[in-house]
Amino acid sequence: MQLTSEEVEILKIIEENHKISVETIASMALCSEETVRTTIEKLEQEKIIISYPTLIDWSKVEGQENVIAMIDVKVTPKRGVGFDEVAGRISRFPEVSSLYLMSGAYDLSITVEGKTMNQIAAFVSEKLSTIENVMSTTTHFMLKKYKHDGVNFRGANDDKDRRMVVSP
Amino acid sequence: MKNGYSRYISKTAKELQPSGIRKFFDLAASMDDVISLGVGEPDFTTPWNIREAAILSLEQGYTSYTANAGLLELRQEISFYLGSRFGVDYDPINQIIVTIGASQAIDLAFRAILDQGDEVLIVEPAFVSYAPLVSIAGGNPIAVATSPDNGFKVTSEQIEKAITEKTKAILLCSPNNPTGSTLTKAELTEIATVIKKHDLLVVSDEIYAELSYDEAFASVASIEGMYERTILINGFSKGFAMTGWRLGFLAAPKEFVEVMLKIHQYTTMCAPHMLQHGAIEALRNTYHEVESMRNSYRRRRNYVVQTLNQIGLDCHTPGGAFYVFPSIRATGLSSEQFAEELLIQEKVAVVPGHVFGESGEGYIRCSYAASMSQLQEALKRIQRFVESRGVVAVNHSENFKVTQE
Repeated sequence: MQLTSEEVEILKIIEENHKISVETIASMALCSEETVRTTIEKLEQEKIIISYPTLIDWSKVEGQENVIAMIDVKVTPKRGVGFDEVAGRISRFPEVSSLYLMSGAYDLSITVEGKTMNQIAAFVSEKLSTIENVMSTTTHFMLKKYKHDGVNFRGANDDKDRRMVVSP
Repeated sequence: MKNGYSRYISKTAKELQPSGIRKFFDLAASMDDVISLGVGEPDFTTPWNIREAAILSLEQGYTSYTANAGLLELRQEISFYLGSRFGVDYDPINQIIVTIGASQAIDLAFRAILDQGDEVLIVEPAFVSYAPLVSIAGGNPIAVATSPDNGFKVTSEQIEKAITEKTKAILLCSPNNPTGSTLTKAELTEIATVIKKHDLLVVSDEIYAELSYDEAFASVASIEGMYERTILINGFSKGFAMTGWRLGFLAAPKEFVEVMLKIHQYTTMCAPHMLQHGAIEALRNTYHEVESMRNSYRRRRNYVVQTLNQIGLDCHTPGGAFYVFPSIRATGLSSEQFAEELLIQEKVAVVPGHVFGESGEGYIRCSYAASMSQLQEALKRIQRFVESRGVVAVNHSENFKVTQE
């Protein structure tokens, strides 16, 4: 879909921070607040803006840590529908947070989130492996997140401004 | 020392005025939790690919001197960059020198062209180093004040009025520090007429060239008849977010470069080898990052200009750099009082306009090279400060349209 440069500008601004006020967006993009409102509404309807999730480092919150695993899945594609049918079936599980069709040694790459390792193990053995057409699975548990969706996971002091207070 | 140190200090050095920024820096640095809009450098860290190239250079052991003028490979990249980006052609063999920041390039230019008593026109408000560098080279800096009515852009009449028999050169800086004002090709062409008429040289500080927002940047050297009389100065600090690297370059007719290279080889030898490898990477593979930084500054500029005008501080929309230069006259304070009281009352650091020359009095320089959340908080505090001085905010709708230069 072809967007105007103004629409792209608004997207770039809220991509960085969607909490920014309509008034501020309007001043940054040099347009009216009304334009910002209607543009955002339109882009939401078009599903160009899909949702506004918040990136949270749960590993810092006691008792809220998640276990994440990436699973490589080999699948026998089905005549007529290829991988789509089995992918659709897998994506319906709420444990699955992302799902991609890959080129290379395996077919589907799945990210699964759970509370415990047992929960993920149960998902793999009871749900995933038993799906018709799933030939094999290889599960990798994630140990630490350094960067996610283009954002570095930093400590509280890592963003410190190292510049001098005043310079010519 | 028996008779004190004074008699050992040179007269030229003694007469140099300490930068007005220094005093202000000391005050701001002594306070905690200051939001600073007083910084003359990007808030971005140097893009990783550039840093990585310099690290690799060190790992591979490039720790020797390079050619005085800098690595030929880098000069070739600079030549290609200047040609393709700004339409000016310089031979990498004998027309380009890699320097320690644009500052050293400016120093070289003045040392190469000035004799005792030669006058150099400095368009003010101006970066604090120009006038002292002219003095150190034996010349006399002559201020040419610009007017806010013309968006702080110098006109040919203002230049003509300042020219004397002793005038040898004019220093231009566009986009400008501290005003952000940017000369268009048409405006440069007009100024060029006077410069050619009086047979002057131009030292053109183009360090903010990459940060032009509304129009494509125009280099003085690209104007008809100006190439032969221009010493073009640029560098990596601002556009590529590499201030701490201290890497700049100059490009000029080879007759000038030959002389500047002589001075450069005796004073400096060459720019650091490993950093030059970083600069090569910067010119080859950073186009998209530079563009994304430029877009980010442009959005912040729009926000800051509009908000300052709403607050009641008159502010023209600058075409480039990352500074706005609003008038603080409505508060009844001098630049220095405004900056000091704002710092003490609200803990926001800005730079008082008078440090950039007399014509900067009544203005402050605010850098928008800060995060949006810092800018929002700083402007909230400036508004509170300005209100406490009895300035009334302007109705939002009246002021909605930001005027373009």
